[in-house]
Amino acid sequence: MTDRYLQIDKVRMVFETKKGPFCALEEIELDIRSGEFVSLIGHSGCGKSTLLNIVTGLLRPTDGYVFLANREITGPGPDRGVVFQNHSLLPWLTCYENVHLAVERVFGVTEKSGALKERVRRALELVQLGHARDKYPHEISGGMKQRVGIARALSIEPKVLLLDEPFGALDALTRARLQDELLRIVAATGSTVLMVTHDVDEAVLLSDRVVMMTNGPAAKIGGVLNVDLPCPRNRLALAGDRRYMALRAELLEFLYRKQMRDAA
Amino acid sequence: MGAVPATVHTLKPPRVEIGLAPAMNQASAAPEKPLYVRTRAPDWLPRVLAPLIGLALFVALWAILAKAGGRLPGPASTWHSAVEVFSNPFYRKGPNDQGIGWNVLTSLGRVGIGFGLAALVGIPLGFMLGRFRFLSDMAAPVISILKPVSPLAWLPIGLMVFKAANPAAIYVIFVCSLWPMIVNTAVGVRHIPQDYLNVARVLNLPEWTVFRKILFPAVLPYMITGVRLSIGVAWLVIVAAEMLTGGVGIGFWVWDEWNNLNVQHIIIAIFTVGIIGLALEQGMILLARRFEYE
Repeated sequence: MTDRYLQIDKVRMVFETKKGPFCALEEIELDIRSGEFVSLIGHSGCGKSTLLNIVTGLLRPTDGYVFLANREITGPGPDRGVVFQNHSLLPWLTCYENVHLAVERVFGVTEKSGALKERVRRALELVQLGHARDKYPHEISGGMKQRVGIARALSIEPKVLLLDEPFGALDALTRARLQDELLRIVAATGSTVLMVTHDVDEAVLLSDRVVMMTNGPAAKIGGVLNVDLPCPRNRLALAGDRRYMALRAELLEFLYRKQMRDAA
Repeated sequence: MGAVPATVHTLKPPRVEIGLAPAMNQASAAPEKPLYVRTRAPDWLPRVLAPLIGLALFVALWAILAKAGGRLPGPASTWHSAVEVFSNPFYRKGPNDQGIGWNVLTSLGRVGIGFGLAALVGIPLGFMLGRFRFLSDMAAPVISILKPVSPLAWLPIGLMVFKAANPAAIYVIFVCSLWPMIVNTAVGVRHIPQDYLNVARVLNLPEWTVFRKILFPAVLPYMITGVRLSIGVAWLVIVAAEMLTGGVGIGFWVWDEWNNLNVQHIIIAIFTVGIIGLALEQGMILLARRFEYE
């Protein structure tokens, strides 16, 4: 069943609004293998974040089901690690304490405090922030905050890592650095990842598959792009790579010709 | 060749700029000093000077008014009287004649107890009103009607219920401190960013952890604002309440000295009340700063 590790089964999402029902997602069908990195890409408002929130469990789909490792997702839970767009660190806790909050929730019952500390330390080392453990979020840069967010999400050893435009609020150079770091972390941990993005380069660089979503309302999967580039990937080497260019062009073609927004 | 450095120096444009316009032509000169070195008074000087001048003017105006006639004592005689009063603040010569130290401490004690009880009731109540819309809608009309009532209007009811002056005064403090704490805590709870609550939800944190690690710290700054407003009101009200109830306390002391026609002492009391109120306020502001995060 590893081929259908995360299974999104005929998911439909209809919001009740003042102007009547609004159909955000129509019949979404997607299976993700264990250890696969899948990106959702589409114009803003296409419902890609809605889909991610359904997998997170913050939203319940109107119809359809989501299964993770053969268990239906009925609500939020720590078997999924979530990285929010705006880091969402608690400002009154240090980096260490922010990660510890998650670690304690998941392993607090079964492990002693020494083991929990070790987990937090390893998570912060993984994102190379061992030196900033006692800093508060307002004392570190935006990129560092997002890395703490990734450490928090990974520290609970989730079955799947869910990233909601994780680098959208960062400047281009920091974003590139963090993408490289995420590549390294995902390779090291073998995580299964579902990421929402609207950055074409990010999607091609990081993903095994890119799911292209049509414009809402009633967004559907417009196509799936297999990114058959060898791993590990190197940003500089890929910059001139023909296959990379072709994949990138295909994504751009989808986003800017087939799904061009009328007013955007 | 050895003389070259010296000539280079003399060729540099003059360092000292007069006026505030930064020099545009010195980009290549790599100056070690700031470009304009016009000497100015340090920034802190006017900020220290202004309040001192204000206080001095105030005292001067007071002295002029006192000299102009009437029975208002001047600053000098009040000062001498104050030195006398504060040289022995903790004496006791019977229930109605005690040092200013005892009077102040008694008043502070009443404020502390009344305010503390109000915090015990108001903060949990504020949490509940902030969390549950229905409760908030239920409480809204009652709070809106009772909040603008002068706290002293509650005094007769307090006297009737408790049949003693001291608990009645404490009860008035309780009532007037209650509203700001309820309202501010409730507002704080309603303003907790959804992001923080989402963190709690995706981790499925237990309710008690959510309260300790997310709700309470997020609401704390609002709560401290409520506490600050409450203490301010309480300190305002205690003077008036004690004038009416008698006994020991700074408010009663004012009234007693009025009966003794000792106007100097009344002025001393006014300054004492003002300075303690200021200290309470500043203390709360310091406390609030301790819990600012961003």
